Amino acid sequence: MLKKRIIPCLDMKGGRVVKGIRFESLTDAGDPVETAALYDRMGADELCFLDIGASVENRGTLFEIVEKTASRVFLPLTVGGGIRSTEEIRKALNAGADKVSLNSAALARPEILTEGALRFGAQCIVLAVDVKRDGNSWRVYSHGGTRPTDRDALEWIVEGARRGAGEILLTSMDQDGTKQGYDTELIRAVSRAVDLPLIASGGAGCLEDFARAFEAGADAALAASLFHFGTVDIRELRRFLAQRGFPVRPPSDNALSGDSHG
Amino acid sequence: MAEAPRTAVIDYGMGNIHSVSKALEATGHRVAIVSDPGGLAAFSPSHLVLPGVGAFGEGKSRLEEGGWIPLLEEWIQNDRPFLGICLGMQLLFERSQEFGSHRGLSLFRGEVVPFDPGKGKVPQIGWNEVVRKIDHPLWRGLPEAPNLYFVHSYRVQTPDVDIVLGETDYQGPYPSMVGRGRVAAVQFHPEKSQLAGLRLLENFGGF
Repeated sequence: MLKKRIIPCLDMKGGRVVKGIRFESLTDAGDPVETAALYDRMGADELCFLDIGASVENRGTLFEIVEKTASRVFLPLTVGGGIRSTEEIRKALNAGADKVSLNSAALARPEILTEGALRFGAQCIVLAVDVKRDGNSWRVYSHGGTRPTDRDALEWIVEGARRGAGEILLTSMDQDGTKQGYDTELIRAVSRAVDLPLIASGGAGCLEDFARAFEAGADAALAASLFHFGTVDIRELRRFLAQRGFPVRPPSDNALSGDSHG
Repeated sequence: MAEAPRTAVIDYGMGNIHSVSKALEATGHRVAIVSDPGGLAAFSPSHLVLPGVGAFGEGKSRLEEGGWIPLLEEWIQNDRPFLGICLGMQLLFERSQEFGSHRGLSLFRGEVVPFDPGKGKVPQIGWNEVVRKIDHPLWRGLPEAPNLYFVHSYRVQTPDVDIVLGETDYQGPYPSMVGRGRVAAVQFHPEKSQLAGLRLLENFGGF
Protein backbone atom coordinates (compact mmCIF):
# COMPACT_ATOMS: atom_id res chain seq x y z
CA MET A 1 0.00 0.00 0.00
CA LEU A 2 1.17 3.50 -0.81
CA LYS A 3 2.46 5.22 2.34
CA LYS A 4 1.61 8.63 3.72
CA ARG A 5 4.66 10.86 3.46
CA ILE A 6 6.31 13.12 6.04
CA ILE A 7 8.24 15.96 4.41
CA PRO A 8 10.54 18.37 6.28
CA CYS A 9 10.88 21.64 4.41
CA LEU A 10 14.10 23.63 4.40
CA ASP A 11 13.48 27.31 3.75
CA MET A 12 16.59 28.82 2.29
CA LYS A 13 17.97 32.26 1.61
CA GLY A 14 21.34 32.92 0.04
CA GLY A 15 22.21 29.24 0.26
CA ARG A 16 21.57 28.96 4.01
CA VAL A 17 18.71 27.40 5.88
CA VAL A 18 16.65 30.06 7.61
CA LYS A 19 14.16 29.65 10.48
CA GLY A 20 16.30 28.23 13.22
CA ILE A 21 17.40 24.65 13.31
CA ARG A 22 18.04 23.37 16.80
CA PHE A 23 19.78 20.07 16.66
CA GLU A 24 22.80 19.62 18.84
CA SER A 25 24.11 16.96 16.48
CA LEU A 26 24.53 19.49 13.69
CA THR A 27 27.85 21.27 13.65
CA ASP A 28 26.54 23.87 11.21
CA ALA A 29 22.79 24.34 11.58
CA GLY A 30 22.52 26.66 8.59
CA ASP A 31 24.09 24.23 6.16
CA PRO A 32 21.37 22.73 3.96
CA VAL A 33 23.34 19.64 2.95
CA GLU A 34 24.12 18.73 6.53
CA THR A 35 20.54 19.37 7.59
CA ALA A 36 19.24 17.22 4.73
CA ALA A 37 21.59 14.41 5.77
CA LEU A 38 20.27 14.59 9.33
CA TYR A 39 16.64 14.36 8.18
CA ASP A 40 17.64 11.43 5.99
CA ARG A 41 18.98 9.61 9.05
CA MET A 42 15.81 10.44 10.96
CA GLY A 43 13.71 8.77 8.30
CA ALA A 44 12.06 11.64 6.42
CA ASP A 45 10.19 10.32 3.38
CA GLU A 46 11.17 13.20 1.16
CA LEU A 47 12.75 16.65 1.45
CA CYS A 48 11.66 20.01 0.15
CA PHE A 49 14.05 22.91 -0.51
CA LEU A 50 12.33 26.25 -0.91
CA ASP A 51 14.43 29.25 -1.83
CA ILE A 52 12.50 32.03 -0.15
CA GLY A 53 15.04 34.65 -1.22
CA ALA A 54 14.37 33.54 -4.78
CA SER A 55 16.65 36.05 -6.44
CA VAL A 56 18.22 35.24 -9.77
CA GLU A 57 21.72 35.29 -8.23
CA ASN A 58 20.63 32.67 -5.75
CA ARG A 59 19.41 30.23 -8.37
CA GLY A 60 22.90 28.93 -9.17
CA THR A 61 23.63 28.49 -5.47
CA LEU A 62 20.38 26.60 -5.02
CA PHE A 63 21.23 24.15 -7.81
CA GLU A 64 24.71 23.61 -6.36
CA ILE A 65 23.15 22.76 -3.01
CA VAL A 66 20.76 20.33 -4.65
CA GLU A 67 23.65 18.68 -6.43
CA LYS A 68 25.68 18.35 -3.22
CA THR A 69 22.66 17.01 -1.36
CA ALA A 70 21.79 14.47 -4.06
CA SER A 71 25.36 13.15 -3.88
CA ARG A 72 24.94 12.31 -0.22
CA VAL A 73 21.28 11.88 0.50
CA PHE A 74 19.42 9.20 -1.43
CA LEU A 75 15.97 10.56 -0.81
CA PRO A 76 13.44 12.30 -3.10
CA LEU A 77 14.04 16.05 -3.35
CA THR A 78 11.58 18.77 -4.33
CA VAL A 79 13.03 22.15 -5.18
CA GLY A 80 11.20 25.43 -5.51
CA GLY A 81 11.45 29.17 -5.22
CA GLY A 82 11.77 31.43 -8.20
CA ILE A 83 11.96 28.77 -10.91
CA ARG A 84 10.52 30.42 -13.99
CA SER A 85 11.41 28.51 -17.15
CA THR A 86 11.71 24.99 -18.52
CA GLU A 87 15.45 25.62 -18.73
CA GLU A 88 15.53 26.21 -14.96
CA ILE A 89 13.38 23.12 -14.40
CA ARG A 90 15.89 21.13 -16.46
CA LYS A 91 18.79 22.48 -14.39
CA ALA A 92 17.08 21.59 -11.13
CA LEU A 93 16.33 18.05 -12.32
CA ASN A 94 19.84 17.58 -13.66
CA ALA A 95 21.24 18.71 -10.33
CA GLY A 96 19.36 15.86 -8.67
CA ALA A 97 15.90 17.22 -7.88
CA ASP A 98 13.06 14.78 -8.52
CA LYS A 99 10.35 17.39 -8.55
CA VAL A 100 10.19 21.12 -9.07
CA SER A 101 7.59 23.27 -7.39
CA LEU A 102 6.15 26.19 -9.31
CA ASN A 103 4.14 28.95 -7.66
CA SER A 104 4.33 32.59 -8.85
CA ALA A 105 5.75 31.50 -12.21
CA ALA A 106 2.69 29.32 -12.87
CA LEU A 107 0.35 32.15 -11.89
CA ALA A 108 2.14 34.56 -14.19
CA ARG A 109 2.27 32.10 -17.08
CA PRO A 110 0.21 28.93 -16.54
CA GLU A 111 1.58 27.44 -19.79
CA ILE A 112 4.79 26.60 -17.96
CA LEU A 113 2.95 23.71 -16.27
CA THR A 114 2.15 22.12 -19.63
CA GLU A 115 5.59 22.80 -21.07
CA GLY A 116 7.23 21.25 -18.02
CA ALA A 117 4.92 18.23 -17.99
CA LEU A 118 5.36 17.49 -21.70
CA ARG A 119 9.11 17.79 -21.53
CA PHE A 120 9.88 16.16 -18.17
CA GLY A 121 6.68 14.32 -17.22
CA ALA A 122 3.80 15.49 -15.02
CA GLN A 123 5.24 13.52 -12.10
CA CYS A 124 7.94 16.15 -11.54
CA ILE A 125 5.77 19.25 -11.82
CA VAL A 126 4.44 20.33 -8.43
CA LEU A 127 1.98 23.21 -8.36
CA ALA A 128 2.56 25.12 -5.12
CA VAL A 129 -0.44 27.17 -4.05
CA ASP A 130 -0.53 29.64 -1.15
CA VAL A 131 -4.08 30.39 -0.08
CA LYS A 132 -6.00 32.46 2.43
CA ARG A 133 -9.63 32.18 3.45
CA ASP A 134 -11.92 34.70 1.78
CA GLY A 135 -15.50 34.24 3.00
CA ASN A 136 -16.62 30.77 1.97
CA SER A 137 -13.72 30.13 -0.35
CA TRP A 138 -9.95 30.53 -0.52
CA ARG A 139 -8.00 33.10 -2.47
CA VAL A 140 -4.64 32.40 -4.11
CA TYR A 141 -1.65 34.59 -3.19
CA SER A 142 1.54 34.97 -5.18
CA HIS A 143 5.11 36.09 -4.51
CA GLY A 144 5.57 34.16 -1.31
CA GLY A 145 2.13 35.05 -0.04
CA THR A 146 2.62 38.78 -0.31
CA ARG A 147 0.30 39.55 -3.22
CA PRO A 148 -3.36 38.58 -3.48
CA THR A 149 -4.44 37.42 -6.92
CA ASP A 150 -7.96 37.32 -8.34
CA ARG A 151 -7.89 33.53 -8.49
CA ASP A 152 -10.03 31.17 -6.45
CA ALA A 153 -7.93 28.34 -4.97
CA LEU A 154 -10.11 25.43 -6.11
CA GLU A 155 -10.52 26.80 -9.62
CA TRP A 156 -6.79 27.41 -9.93
CA ILE A 157 -5.90 23.94 -8.69
CA VAL A 158 -8.33 22.30 -11.12
CA GLU A 159 -6.85 24.39 -13.93
CA GLY A 160 -3.31 23.51 -12.81
CA ALA A 161 -4.15 19.81 -12.86
CA ARG A 162 -5.63 20.12 -16.33
CA ARG A 163 -2.54 21.97 -17.54
CA GLY A 164 -0.18 19.24 -16.40
CA ALA A 165 0.73 19.55 -12.72
CA GLY A 166 1.38 16.12 -11.18
CA GLU A 167 1.10 17.06 -7.53
CA ILE A 168 -0.26 19.91 -5.38
CA LEU A 169 1.64 21.57 -2.55
CA LEU A 170 -1.10 23.37 -0.66
CA THR A 171 -0.20 25.96 1.96
CA SER A 172 -2.80 27.55 4.20
CA MET A 173 -1.50 31.03 5.00
CA ASP A 174 -4.14 31.34 7.73
CA GLN A 175 -2.68 28.36 9.56
CA ASP A 176 0.99 28.81 8.70
CA GLY A 177 3.03 29.56 11.81
CA THR A 178 0.08 29.18 14.20
CA LYS A 179 0.76 25.56 15.26
CA GLN A 180 -3.05 25.19 15.38
CA GLY A 181 -3.14 22.38 12.83
CA TYR A 182 -3.52 22.10 9.08
CA ASP A 183 -6.65 23.56 7.45
CA THR A 184 -8.55 20.27 7.12
CA GLU A 185 -11.56 21.89 5.47
CA LEU A 186 -9.25 23.17 2.72
CA ILE A 187 -7.59 19.76 2.36
CA ARG A 188 -11.01 18.11 2.01
CA ALA A 189 -12.14 20.60 -0.60
CA VAL A 190 -8.99 20.20 -2.71
CA SER A 191 -9.06 16.38 -2.39
CA ARG A 192 -12.58 16.39 -3.77
CA ALA A 193 -11.67 18.77 -6.59
CA VAL A 194 -8.67 16.92 -8.09
CA ASP A 195 -7.28 13.37 -8.26
CA LEU A 196 -3.67 14.42 -7.76
CA PRO A 197 -1.37 13.63 -4.85
CA LEU A 198 -1.74 16.41 -2.28
CA ILE A 199 0.89 17.74 0.12
CA ALA A 200 -0.62 19.68 3.03
CA SER A 201 1.38 22.55 4.47
CA GLY A 202 0.95 25.21 7.13
CA GLY A 203 -0.04 24.90 10.75
CA ALA A 204 1.36 21.63 12.08
CA GLY A 205 1.85 21.87 15.83
CA CYS A 206 1.62 18.34 17.20
CA LEU A 207 1.44 14.65 16.24
CA GLU A 208 -2.35 14.69 16.07
CA ASP A 209 -2.31 17.41 13.38
CA PHE A 210 -0.66 15.01 10.93
CA ALA A 211 -3.32 12.37 11.57
CA ARG A 212 -6.05 14.96 10.92
CA ALA A 213 -4.43 16.09 7.66
CA PHE A 214 -4.19 12.50 6.39
CA GLU A 215 -7.77 11.78 7.46
CA ALA A 216 -8.89 14.82 5.50
CA GLY A 217 -7.28 13.45 2.34
CA ALA A 218 -3.67 14.65 2.28
CA ASP A 219 -1.13 12.18 0.87
CA ALA A 220 1.80 13.94 2.44
CA ALA A 221 2.30 16.50 5.18
CA LEU A 222 4.99 19.13 5.12
CA ALA A 223 6.36 21.08 8.07
CA ALA A 224 9.40 23.23 8.74
CA SER A 225 9.94 24.75 12.17
CA LEU A 226 8.16 21.92 13.97
CA PHE A 227 10.85 19.51 12.82
CA HIS A 228 13.70 22.04 12.92
CA PHE A 229 13.10 22.82 16.58
CA GLY A 230 12.63 19.19 17.47
CA THR A 231 9.05 19.77 18.70
CA VAL A 232 8.09 16.68 16.75
CA ASP A 233 10.53 13.88 16.12
CA ILE A 234 9.99 12.15 12.77
CA ARG A 235 10.60 8.68 14.18
CA GLU A 236 8.09 9.28 16.96
CA LEU A 237 5.62 10.70 14.43
CA ARG A 238 5.89 7.55 12.33
CA ARG A 239 5.27 5.33 15.33
CA PHE A 240 2.28 7.45 16.33
CA LEU A 241 0.75 7.33 12.85
CA ALA A 242 1.32 3.58 12.55
CA GLN A 243 -0.48 3.05 15.86
CA ARG A 244 -3.35 5.13 14.57
CA GLY A 245 -3.64 2.85 11.55
CA PHE A 246 -2.17 5.11 8.88
CA PRO A 247 0.08 3.47 6.29
CA VAL A 248 3.60 4.78 6.96
CA ARG A 249 7.02 3.31 6.32
CA PRO A 250 8.14 1.22 9.27
CA PRO A 251 11.11 2.85 11.05
CA SER A 252 13.15 -0.33 10.45
CA ASP A 253 13.05 0.25 6.70
CA ASN A 254 15.82 2.80 6.70
CA ALA A 255 18.03 0.82 9.02
CA LEU A 256 18.66 -2.48 7.26
CA SER A 257 20.55 -4.80 9.50
CA GLY A 258 24.15 -5.39 8.58
CA ASP A 259 24.16 -2.63 6.03
CA SER A 260 27.14 -0.35 5.87
CA HIS A 261 25.52 2.70 4.33
CA GLY A 262 24.09 4.15 7.52
CA MET B 1 33.85 -8.71 -4.81
CA ALA B 2 37.19 -8.97 -6.59
CA GLU B 3 36.93 -5.91 -8.74
CA ALA B 4 34.58 -2.94 -8.76
CA PRO B 5 31.95 -3.16 -11.50
CA ARG B 6 32.55 -0.69 -14.32
CA THR B 7 29.09 0.70 -14.73
CA ALA B 8 27.94 2.89 -17.60
CA VAL B 9 24.86 5.05 -17.08
CA ILE B 10 23.22 5.91 -20.39
CA ASP B 11 22.42 9.61 -20.71
CA TYR B 12 19.83 9.94 -23.48
CA GLY B 13 18.39 13.19 -22.21
CA MET B 14 15.61 11.66 -20.09
CA GLY B 15 16.14 12.99 -16.60
CA ASN B 16 18.02 12.62 -13.44
CA ILE B 17 21.36 11.03 -14.28
CA HIS B 18 23.22 12.68 -11.43
CA SER B 19 21.39 10.92 -8.58
CA VAL B 20 21.65 7.51 -10.23
CA SER B 21 25.38 7.81 -10.78
CA LYS B 22 26.00 9.11 -7.24
CA ALA B 23 24.02 6.25 -5.72
CA LEU B 24 25.93 3.74 -7.84
CA GLU B 25 29.23 5.30 -6.73
CA ALA B 26 28.12 5.07 -3.12
CA THR B 27 27.56 1.34 -3.57
CA GLY B 28 30.92 0.43 -5.04
CA HIS B 29 30.39 0.97 -8.75
CA ARG B 30 32.96 2.72 -10.88
CA VAL B 31 30.64 4.92 -12.91
CA ALA B 32 30.80 6.68 -16.25
CA ILE B 33 27.93 8.66 -17.71
CA VAL B 34 27.90 7.95 -21.44
CA SER B 35 25.94 9.97 -23.97
CA ASP B 36 26.80 8.10 -27.16
CA PRO B 37 27.69 4.53 -28.14
CA GLY B 38 31.29 5.61 -28.87
CA GLY B 39 31.68 6.77 -25.28
CA LEU B 40 30.30 3.46 -24.11
CA ALA B 41 32.80 1.49 -26.17
CA ALA B 42 35.66 3.64 -24.88
CA PHE B 43 34.67 3.00 -21.28
CA SER B 44 34.22 -0.73 -21.86
CA PRO B 45 31.75 -1.32 -19.05
CA SER B 46 30.90 -4.53 -17.27
CA HIS B 47 27.47 -3.22 -16.20
CA LEU B 48 24.91 -1.05 -17.94
CA VAL B 49 22.18 1.15 -16.42
CA LEU B 50 19.31 2.68 -18.37
CA PRO B 51 17.57 5.26 -16.16
CA GLY B 52 14.91 7.72 -17.25
CA VAL B 53 11.81 9.63 -16.35
CA GLY B 54 9.31 11.22 -18.68
CA ALA B 55 7.29 10.15 -21.67
CA PHE B 56 7.72 6.75 -23.33
CA GLY B 57 7.54 7.97 -26.94
CA GLU B 58 10.12 10.68 -26.31
CA GLY B 59 12.40 8.17 -24.57
CA LYS B 60 12.15 5.69 -27.41
CA SER B 61 12.88 8.37 -30.05
CA ARG B 62 15.91 9.55 -28.15
CA LEU B 63 17.28 6.02 -27.87
CA GLU B 64 16.77 5.61 -31.62
CA GLU B 65 18.34 8.95 -32.50
CA GLY B 66 21.28 8.23 -30.22
CA GLY B 67 21.92 4.92 -31.97
CA TRP B 68 21.41 3.00 -28.73
CA ILE B 69 18.89 0.37 -29.81
CA PRO B 70 21.08 -2.27 -31.54
CA LEU B 71 23.59 -1.97 -28.76
CA LEU B 72 20.99 -2.45 -26.01
CA GLU B 73 19.46 -5.40 -27.85
CA GLU B 74 22.81 -7.10 -28.18
CA TRP B 75 23.80 -6.39 -24.58
CA ILE B 76 20.57 -7.76 -23.19
CA GLN B 77 20.37 -10.76 -25.53
CA ASN B 78 23.89 -11.71 -24.42
CA ASP B 79 22.71 -11.64 -20.80
CA ARG B 80 25.21 -9.02 -19.72
CA PRO B 81 24.52 -7.19 -16.39
CA PHE B 82 21.80 -4.64 -17.05
CA LEU B 83 19.50 -2.55 -14.87
CA GLY B 84 16.59 -0.49 -16.22
CA ILE B 85 15.06 2.09 -13.89
CA CYS B 86 11.54 3.58 -14.21
CA LEU B 87 11.16 4.61 -17.88
CA GLY B 88 14.27 2.48 -18.46
CA MET B 89 12.20 -0.50 -17.34
CA GLN B 90 9.11 0.35 -19.38
CA LEU B 91 11.10 0.78 -22.60
CA LEU B 92 12.14 -2.89 -22.48
CA PHE B 93 8.55 -4.04 -23.13
CA GLU B 94 6.69 -4.38 -26.41
CA ARG B 95 4.55 -1.27 -26.46
CA SER B 96 3.09 1.60 -24.49
CA GLN B 97 -0.25 3.37 -24.55
CA GLU B 98 1.27 6.63 -23.34
CA PHE B 99 0.18 9.55 -25.60
CA GLY B 100 -0.87 7.22 -28.43
CA SER B 101 0.73 3.88 -29.10
CA HIS B 102 4.50 3.41 -29.21
CA ARG B 103 6.65 0.37 -29.79
CA GLY B 104 9.25 -0.48 -27.18
CA LEU B 105 12.36 -2.64 -27.43
CA SER B 106 10.36 -5.89 -27.04
CA LEU B 107 13.06 -7.49 -24.92
CA PHE B 108 10.35 -8.55 -22.49
CA ARG B 109 6.78 -9.46 -23.43
CA GLY B 110 4.07 -7.13 -22.22
CA GLU B 111 2.89 -3.56 -22.43
CA VAL B 112 2.87 -0.30 -20.55
CA VAL B 113 -0.58 0.88 -19.50
CA PRO B 114 -1.84 3.89 -17.54
CA PHE B 115 -3.12 3.83 -14.00
CA ASP B 116 -6.82 4.59 -13.99
CA PRO B 117 -7.54 8.10 -12.62
CA GLY B 118 -11.05 6.88 -11.80
CA LYS B 119 -9.62 4.42 -9.29
CA GLY B 120 -7.34 6.70 -7.32
CA LYS B 121 -4.76 9.41 -7.55
CA VAL B 122 -2.41 9.48 -10.52
CA PRO B 123 0.58 9.66 -10.59
CA GLN B 124 1.53 7.27 -7.84
CA ILE B 125 4.03 9.28 -5.80
CA GLY B 126 5.66 7.89 -2.71
CA TRP B 127 6.86 4.81 -0.87
CA ASN B 128 5.24 1.50 -1.55
CA GLU B 129 6.07 -2.13 -0.86
CA VAL B 130 7.71 -4.37 -3.39
CA VAL B 131 6.60 -7.88 -2.50
CA ARG B 132 9.06 -10.61 -3.35
CA LYS B 133 7.66 -13.07 -5.92
CA ILE B 134 10.78 -14.84 -7.19
CA ASP B 135 14.10 -15.03 -5.43
CA HIS B 136 16.93 -13.36 -7.32
CA PRO B 137 20.38 -11.93 -6.45
CA LEU B 138 18.82 -8.41 -6.46
CA TRP B 139 16.91 -9.35 -3.32
CA ARG B 140 19.99 -10.24 -1.27
CA GLY B 141 19.88 -8.66 2.21
CA LEU B 142 16.48 -7.07 1.65
CA PRO B 143 13.30 -7.79 3.61
CA GLU B 144 10.41 -9.73 1.98
CA ALA B 145 8.56 -6.53 1.18
CA PRO B 146 10.77 -3.43 1.42
CA ASN B 147 9.33 0.03 0.82
CA LEU B 148 10.81 1.76 -2.20
CA TYR B 149 10.15 5.15 -3.80
CA PHE B 150 7.85 5.36 -6.82
CA VAL B 151 6.89 8.24 -9.11
CA HIS B 152 4.94 7.17 -12.18
CA SER B 153 1.63 7.30 -14.05
CA TYR B 154 2.07 4.17 -16.18
CA ARG B 155 2.82 0.60 -15.21
CA VAL B 156 3.86 -2.61 -16.90
CA GLN B 157 1.69 -5.64 -17.50
CA THR B 158 3.16 -8.89 -18.76
CA PRO B 159 1.92 -12.42 -19.50
CA ASP B 160 5.28 -13.82 -18.34
CA VAL B 161 4.95 -14.45 -14.62
CA ASP B 162 8.41 -16.02 -14.58
CA ILE B 163 10.06 -12.60 -15.03
CA VAL B 164 8.15 -10.91 -12.20
CA LEU B 165 10.65 -10.72 -9.32
CA GLY B 166 8.51 -8.33 -7.30
CA GLU B 167 5.03 -6.86 -7.28
CA THR B 168 3.52 -3.66 -5.95
CA ASP B 169 -0.10 -2.92 -5.14
CA TYR B 170 -1.53 0.31 -6.50
CA GLN B 171 -4.99 -0.15 -8.02
CA GLY B 172 -4.16 -3.85 -7.77
CA PRO B 173 -0.86 -5.67 -8.03
CA TYR B 174 1.51 -4.96 -10.93
CA PRO B 175 5.13 -5.96 -11.72
CA SER B 176 7.53 -3.46 -10.14
CA MET B 177 10.71 -5.53 -10.44
CA VAL B 178 11.38 -7.85 -13.36
CA GLY B 179 14.36 -9.85 -14.49
CA ARG B 180 15.75 -12.77 -16.36
CA GLY B 181 19.32 -13.89 -15.83
CA ARG B 182 21.51 -10.84 -15.36
CA VAL B 183 19.04 -8.44 -16.96
CA ALA B 184 16.78 -6.71 -14.45
CA ALA B 185 14.55 -3.68 -14.32
CA VAL B 186 12.67 -1.80 -11.64
CA GLN B 187 9.78 0.66 -11.71
CA PHE B 188 10.82 2.41 -8.49
CA HIS B 189 13.87 4.63 -7.96
CA PRO B 190 16.54 2.74 -6.01
CA GLU B 191 18.70 5.88 -6.12
CA LYS B 192 16.00 7.67 -4.09
CA SER B 193 15.05 4.83 -1.78
CA GLN B 194 17.56 5.22 1.03
CA LEU B 195 19.20 2.05 2.33
CA ALA B 196 16.90 -0.47 0.65
CA GLY B 197 17.56 1.14 -2.73
CA LEU B 198 21.30 1.33 -2.16
CA ARG B 199 21.35 -2.30 -1.16
CA LEU B 200 19.70 -3.22 -4.44
CA LEU B 201 22.27 -1.22 -6.45
CA GLU B 202 25.03 -2.94 -4.52
CA ASN B 203 23.48 -6.30 -5.35
CA PHE B 204 23.37 -5.33 -9.02
CA GLY B 205 27.12 -4.70 -8.85
CA GLY B 206 27.55 -8.34 -7.96
CA PHE B 207 25.83 -9.58 -11.15
